[in-house]
Amino acid sequence: MSEKELVNVYILGKKYAVPSTLTIMDAMEYAGYQLTRGCGCRSGFCGACATIYRIKGEKELKVSLACQAKVENEMYLTQLPFFPGDKQQYDLEQLEPTAEAIGRFYPEIYSCIGCNSCTNGCPQDLNVMQYIAFSQRGDLANCAHESFDCIMCGICASRCPAGITHYQVGLLARRLTGKYIAPRSKHLATRVDEIKEGNFNQELKELRAMTTEELKKAYNSRDIEK
Amino acid sequence: MYTAQMRELIKKVEKSRPQRVGVDFPRMTPEEREEVLEQYHPDYSEKGFRKIKVGVNKGAKLPEELADLIEAGSRLAETKIDLEQVDYDLDVLIIGGGGAGAAAALEAKKQGANVLVATKLRFGDANTMMAEGGIQAADKDNDSPTRHYLDVIGGGHYVNKQELVEALVQDAPVIINWLEELGVLFDKEADGTMVTTHGGGTSRKRMHAAADYTGAEIMRTLRDEVYNQGIEVIEFSPAVELLLDHDGKAAGAILYNLETDEYCVARAKTVIIATGGAGRLHYQGFPTSNHYGATADGLVMGYRAGAELIFADTIQYHPTGVAFPLQIFGALVTEKVRSLGATPLNIDGEQFVFPLETRDVEAAAIIRECHGRKKGITTSTGAVGVWLDTPLIDLIHGPGTIEKRLPAMYRQYQRFGIDMNKEPILVYPTLHYQNGGLLINQHGQTKVENLYVVGETAGGIHGRNRLMGNSLLDILVFGRRAGIRAGQKSKDIELKGLSLEHVNLYHQSLAENGLNPERVAPMLLPQYTHGREE
Repeated sequence: MSEKELVNVYILGKKYAVPSTLTIMDAMEYAGYQLTRGCGCRSGFCGACATIYRIKGEKELKVSLACQAKVENEMYLTQLPFFPGDKQQYDLEQLEPTAEAIGRFYPEIYSCIGCNSCTNGCPQDLNVMQYIAFSQRGDLANCAHESFDCIMCGICASRCPAGITHYQVGLLARRLTGKYIAPRSKHLATRVDEIKEGNFNQELKELRAMTTEELKKAYNSRDIEK
Repeated sequence: MYTAQMRELIKKVEKSRPQRVGVDFPRMTPEEREEVLEQYHPDYSEKGFRKIKVGVNKGAKLPEELADLIEAGSRLAETKIDLEQVDYDLDVLIIGGGGAGAAAALEAKKQGANVLVATKLRFGDANTMMAEGGIQAADKDNDSPTRHYLDVIGGGHYVNKQELVEALVQDAPVIINWLEELGVLFDKEADGTMVTTHGGGTSRKRMHAAADYTGAEIMRTLRDEVYNQGIEVIEFSPAVELLLDHDGKAAGAILYNLETDEYCVARAKTVIIATGGAGRLHYQGFPTSNHYGATADGLVMGYRAGAELIFADTIQYHPTGVAFPLQIFGALVTEKVRSLGATPLNIDGEQFVFPLETRDVEAAAIIRECHGRKKGITTSTGAVGVWLDTPLIDLIHGPGTIEKRLPAMYRQYQRFGIDMNKEPILVYPTLHYQNGGLLINQHGQTKVENLYVVGETAGGIHGRNRLMGNSLLDILVFGRRAGIRAGQKSKDIELKGLSLEHVNLYHQSLAENGLNPERVAPMLLPQYTHGREE
């Protein structure tokens, strides 16, 4: 192990020497932490490990996901495992896919001053300010599209001078889009009806009555869509 | 970033690529499938398993690491807990805050039940969140639940519980519809037709997706709805032991606050275990694609309380985990990458397997290529893998396909200086899923009265091998079914006094069988040191 190149990192201000090849998350564990907060899927999907850091000598605060970024020498870091953002309760059935629906629950979107801190802070490189602008205009489909890769880590909201909880706005826009704006699937509706009418019950009963040998034969000779 | 040496090898891939585009590699015959499984799949190895000495399945073969936990003692052995002091009095206690738990919570609440979701980490910290590729449902004209059934049971080696498979395939289109009503955004054509692809072992293109954030899109929507419904959720509070009543029926659990080290008593008329899988046990030394919390907690607690294990010796190694770079070693490369046309290649740039065999067969074929035929690629960090020729995707489907349909994968590799549009990626099987678990019936019930198990902790649905896209499906099918049944049933249950006597008896049984474990379980959290010298 001794041949490893080590770098210095400052976890919550405290200095540790860790191998340069590790992710920030792995480096915390190498330093001796057993994580409860600030660690989730370890694959960049869950938003548990949002990390804010600064390299010694620089002024700029940077962000990343601890599971998806390597440590750097002289990195001062802290995690943002939770952000007390506002989540409104609503009944999706009673809403319409309009700007009004968003504005009713999250009126602070109209206080956006255009500082772009949210976008600069996004570890997914989303254009956060743009999707908030779409929501202001009631263009929910585009808001949904622009915000789709959001992992709800909370960094955007932590930086917003207007108190916007961007990730909740995006989520509401996506749900309204999915339910009310996206085109419905005729084939899905038809199949759901067929199932409710029990159209496949007989076929399934016959399959269930087959011996293993018969099933094997049916499986190995089934036709496969190109 | 690839090393110069690895770039040199990529040239062979580039050279053979024009000859490979549009050429189908043949599928294996049933005999060839059997052969590669027997010789190379980790489940078929003699090593890595042992027979357990206690409990309902005494004598059954389990992975060593799981057997260690099954034969461990309770975390409560030395702890005195006053069971009269009830902190939560519930109709339905749901243990686990992933997709299955959330689905169960919504349905139980709809029945009018008083529901609590208790979860170990955050609500939504689960393998559901990381399921990338898609969810199966036979909802197209050329498809039917019957075809889906045959694919499931053939892929599972014909031992799946039939009533569970029937529930799975019949509910599937209903589930997609339910998700759409909740506002989940699926990939669709302009006329509403679902964009669907194949998965390994499917006979029809029935994989529905939300780019490669399918599980995340489902999880964040369900979580939002649970909050909208006002259902109480307590985070960082795993269950550490089930409670039974004096008749031996499930009656709640002891919850443990990870941050204050306090225990509390949750009394409940029905209990639903939805704690997920076991990838973090790293069977046979494999890396895992699983969530940090996947430590088999539900299997351990349920088994102690008398629920039966089924197919617990069958583990799914996802054929394509990340082999390089080191920082994301073992993370998932979704099967959708192969659904869209990328193919595995050996060091000579040759294809050696049909890209969409069932997962067990595909994984075994990759292991054979690396260790049997010695045609793997050794990375700069010493790991071995095979190429997955991702640039084929845009060649087949047109420029921009990867960024549009695999944004998470693209981003993941971008972060480490690899452009999967232009360069192939390196993969090797990673521990992904427990095919078996605690046996349930079509309502998610175990043989312990009032105890339900759903999601990855449940067993029987997938037989000895699960197909891609059937896990996101099963967690919702059986999560909802269990939520409905538990919610309804809780109205007619009168609880007798609470007891942990089953834990005492289990301890006695451990001792009688010569086991005196120092280890306690459930494990709750893995411990990693990444090579730190003690």
